[in-house]
Amino acid sequence: MSPTSGFSRQAAIAGIGATEFSKDSGRSEWRLACESVLAALADAQIGVEEVDGFALFTMETNPEIAVARALGIPELTFFSRIPHGGGGACAPVQQAALAVASGVADVVVVYRAFNERSGHRFGQGPPSFAYVHNTDQEYRNWINPYGLLTPAAQEAFLARRYMHKYGATSADFGAVSVLSRKYAASNPKAWFYQRPITIEDHQSSPMIADPMRLLDCCQESDGGQALVIVSAERARDLPHRPALISGAAQGVGPQQISMSSYYRDDIDAMPEVELVAQQLWRQAGLGPQEIDAAILYDAFTPMLLLQLEEYGFCERGEAKDLIASGALEIDGRLPVNTHGGQLGEAYIHGVNGIAEAVRLIRGTSVNQPAKSIDNVLVTGGSPVPHSALVLSADH
Amino acid sequence: MSAPAADSTATDPAYEQRLAAFVGTELQPPTPGPDPVNVPMIRHWVEAMELTNPVHLDADAARATGRADVVAPAAMVQAWVMRGYAATVRPTASAGRFQELVDLLAEGGYTSVVATDSDLEILRELVPGDRVSVEEVVEEIGPEKRTGLGVGRFVTTLKTYRDAEGEVVATQRWRTLRFRPQEKPAPAEPTAVRPRPAINRDNAFWFDAAREHRLVVQRCSDCGALRHPPGPMCPECRSLAWDTVTAGGEAVLYSWVVAHHPRHPAFESPYLVAVVELAEGTRLITNLVDLDAADLEVGMPLRLRWLDADPDLTLPVFGPADQED
Ligand SMILES: [Zn+2]
Repeated sequence: MSPTSGFSRQAAIAGIGATEFSKDSGRSEWRLACESVLAALADAQIGVEEVDGFALFTMETNPEIAVARALGIPELTFFSRIPHGGGGACAPVQQAALAVASGVADVVVVYRAFNERSGHRFGQGPPSFAYVHNTDQEYRNWINPYGLLTPAAQEAFLARRYMHKYGATSADFGAVSVLSRKYAASNPKAWFYQRPITIEDHQSSPMIADPMRLLDCCQESDGGQALVIVSAERARDLPHRPALISGAAQGVGPQQISMSSYYRDDIDAMPEVELVAQQLWRQAGLGPQEIDAAILYDAFTPMLLLQLEEYGFCERGEAKDLIASGALEIDGRLPVNTHGGQLGEAYIHGVNGIAEAVRLIRGTSVNQPAKSIDNVLVTGGSPVPHSALVLSADH
Repeated sequence: MSAPAADSTATDPAYEQRLAAFVGTELQPPTPGPDPVNVPMIRHWVEAMELTNPVHLDADAARATGRADVVAPAAMVQAWVMRGYAATVRPTASAGRFQELVDLLAEGGYTSVVATDSDLEILRELVPGDRVSVEEVVEEIGPEKRTGLGVGRFVTTLKTYRDAEGEVVATQRWRTLRFRPQEKPAPAEPTAVRPRPAINRDNAFWFDAAREHRLVVQRCSDCGALRHPPGPMCPECRSLAWDTVTAGGEAVLYSWVVAHHPRHPAFESPYLVAVVELAEGTRLITNLVDLDAADLEVGMPLRLRWLDADPDLTLPVFGPADQED
């Protein structure tokens, strides 16, 4: 197959930068955003004043104009926001690639910065602003009054169906957690650096939203992560190996509701993810067999199993066997979440995972597999609405 | 008719007498401070308090105001007689009248203390070389009162600061509340209300029907397709016309979660939240009642109940199919 998309491989991630990841940053979210953007530009060796675009989450509380003002960036010609939180995690990079490939902007920065642990914690229930009378938050009317209050509980319905349908167990989910903590244990940036867990630890961790245990849930973190996107041509002249954006896609499926599409035929299948996968393979001219490593969005462990299946790395219901075979380990067929994921490194709404994919392409991950890494899949949260990327080495 | 005093409570007269005996007595005999008034400590204070008046450190500036030399900040009068760091972090066993008063108050249950106000009167400015001493006398022990913190008594003492000649340089009226910590109210049933639905033009009919204990499902008036959650248009035929059907109340369990965390005051954790499939064909998020998590099975039959959660909110919930509500 060959790429069919106009923007495939026309743009690249040339810089990555982050603050430390912690439980209490001790400083403002605004400052975290500025620090991470500056670090990413330094990594790319691109001047601050060259930035002319930003692509962000709608959930980002530090608007691009505030960061541009703080950094003294004189002009912006492109600024874009993507909704759906972690589901949309990869979409700002798509926006950046489209802007760069079309010439609307030359240097587009993506960042996500928050005090999600020391400030408002997503795991503590909806913030007061969620209760508004507009259509955006309307879906909450049908879940919140019953005490379905957190992403963990919302996704637990899917996990329960998946277990029922395919015989997966809590320990099968736990295998993801154990592997992530193993990777995190050798990643000095990870919150759980040098703190691996066993499956017994997982099985004895308290229930949060049964069938999901505490150790099925990602962390809550403070920190900022930024990415710099420029044209592939420009990236080739910069110090690091470019991470070419060979595929970047968004997806909304039938009867989509934000993280609570409970009214479709099968809630354990994720049509929005399948839609994104199809686009990626078509854009990049690749298939799952050409993917050398993956960063799969791991807010909750069951989603990692469902994503392995939707992206075609195994048949439906067989993800537990794929994981048990060691395929996701550093020397396996498909090393997954080598930074430790959001379970082990930090929860920066998936953007820290994109940075890890860049490191895998550069060959600089702390858990760099021995084999050659040419193509890395990075996914956003699922089902939500969904987004994902394929990053590729420049050959 | 006279109402009982709401702000005081009766106590044992013998105890009252023992307390009264303290009034006018000396809690602390005249006690000299460890160091004379000196410039280095004044400098620390001025810097820490960010004082800008130059008369505390600049002799010329002080003389320009008619003073003989620099003067200590007035509020430092307490500092000159403080017992020092070591005695603060490692106090020796207390003795004397002060401890006797604390013990007597504790006997009455007034074990907690909070300072309420301090009224400092300065009679003369202190200059380097002054040696300050302090003594403290009980001025008043008030009747028992109810306060926001609990039932307690206001204790007022008077501290008198003197120089080496015995002249009074400052007085300080010091008021504390000694109180019984309020007992925590027994944990009652949750008083907080469930998260509110945000009622709007698209969904009001459903919550209105629920208040009348009718579980309705929106139906397209043109093609007859049912839809839930409600919306303004039929996704099958794009018709804007709709009515409702009232569900019979039979359902089967499709999926469920046992919610443990986070704890919300309106819910008693763990509680059951479920996706059920109505006999009419649409699904619904709901709570399960009178069912144990261990007994739940995908596909098990369920029966509609109503939960009047609070005066403004009625919700459909589901229980075992073999029990009528
Ligand atoms: Zn219709």
